[in-house]
Amino acid sequence: MSFGAIDAWWWPYLFILVAGWLATDSWRFLGVYLGGQLSDDADILVLVRCIATALVAAVIANLIVSPSGALADVPAILRVGAAAAGFVTYLLSGHRILVGILVGEALLLLGIFFAA
Amino acid sequence: MLQNDPSQNPAEPIPGPDDTHLRWLLRGIGAAFSIPALILMSSFIGFAALAVESGLSMAHAVFMTAVVWALPAKVVLVGAIAAGNGIAAATFAVALSSIRLGPMVVALVPEIRGPRTRRWVLYMLAHFVAVTSWVLAMQEVRSIPRDFRTAWYGGLGASLILLNMMVVAAVYMVADVLPPSVSAALFFLTPLYFLTSLWGSARERAGHVAMVLGLLLGPVMAMVTPDFALLATGLVGGFAAYGFHRYSRRKKGVNP
Repeated sequence: MSFGAIDAWWWPYLFILVAGWLATDSWRFLGVYLGGQLSDDADILVLVRCIATALVAAVIANLIVSPSGALADVPAILRVGAAAAGFVTYLLSGHRILVGILVGEALLLLGIFFAA
Repeated sequence: MLQNDPSQNPAEPIPGPDDTHLRWLLRGIGAAFSIPALILMSSFIGFAALAVESGLSMAHAVFMTAVVWALPAKVVLVGAIAAGNGIAAATFAVALSSIRLGPMVVALVPEIRGPRTRRWVLYMLAHFVAVTSWVLAMQEVRSIPRDFRTAWYGGLGASLILLNMMVVAAVYMVADVLPPSVSAALFFLTPLYFLTSLWGSARERAGHVAMVLGLLLGPVMAMVTPDFALLATGLVGGFAAYGFHRYSRRKKGVNP
C-alpha cells in the first residue's frame, strides 16, 4: 500500500497521518506519560538527557556525513571540515553560535566555488 | 543547602506583578523570531525543495509539516514515499528515526511543568517538540517563572509550526530558481546550528560527553546497523556518558 496506491484525495493524507503523525507523536505522548512521573532533579533524568543528546548528535552527524539533496554533491571532506571548523570557532569565540555558523558556511561556500 | 530554598535558587525566577500568561505567550511567539528560528526556516526551505523534487503536492508537504513537524522524520517520510515504500514500512522507518522524541520529551516535561499544569496541556505541547524548540526551551526555560513556562513554550511551538508551514508553501511557489550552491548552503545551516546550540544547552559535563559520543558513533552505527543506528547510538552514547557522570561525581566525593 504505497503513497500512490489508492486513487482518492484522502489516501495521501491518511498515509501521512499514519506513517508521519502516529509514528512521531506516539513517542512524544509516551514521553509526557513517563516524564510526568519524574521530578526535574531526579538522577535518572541525567541519563535520559544523555540518551536524548547522543541521539540528536547522531542526527546532526548523519546530516553532515550522509546528507540528502544538494549538499550530497559537496565532497564529504569539505562538509566535515567546514562543520568542524565552525564548531571549533564557536568554542574559541566564547560560545557565539552565530560566529561559528558564519565560519562554517563561509568555508563550505569557498570550497564549493574553488572546487568548481 | 541553597538548592533547597527556591527563593535563593537562580534557576527558579520569582514571578513579579507584571507576569501574566498572555505576556509570556507573546514572549514565546517573539522567540520564534530569533536567529535559531531563522536557521530552522532555512532548513525548511531545504526540506520543501526535497519535497518538490520527490513529487509531493504543496498541500501534502504543508500538511506533513503540521502533523509531523520534526524535520528528520519528515525527510525519512519523503524518502519512503519517493521510494514507493508501503505504509507499514514507511511507518516503521519514521518511528525508528523518531525514537529520540521520547527521551527529549521526558527531559523537557519536568522543566516546563508547573504545580497546576494539566495533563492535556502537556500532551498538546509535546507535539511542538523537535530539535530547535527543544534546544531553545532547554536554554531559556530556567529564566522563566515556572507558572508561565507552558504559555511561553506554547507560543514558541505554535508560531514555529505556522511560520514553517508558510515557508514550505512559499518554496512551492518559487521552486526551481535556487542554484545548487545556495541549496547546499541552506541544507548545511541545520547541522551547523544544532552542533553549536546543542553544546550550549547541556546541563552538565556528561551532556558534552554524550554529544561527542553521538557525533562519532552516529555515522559508524549508520554503517553497521542502518535500521537501528539512532537507537543504538543513543543507548551506547547515553549510558557511557551517564557512566562518566557517576564516575566523576564519585571521584569528587559528592554522593547522591
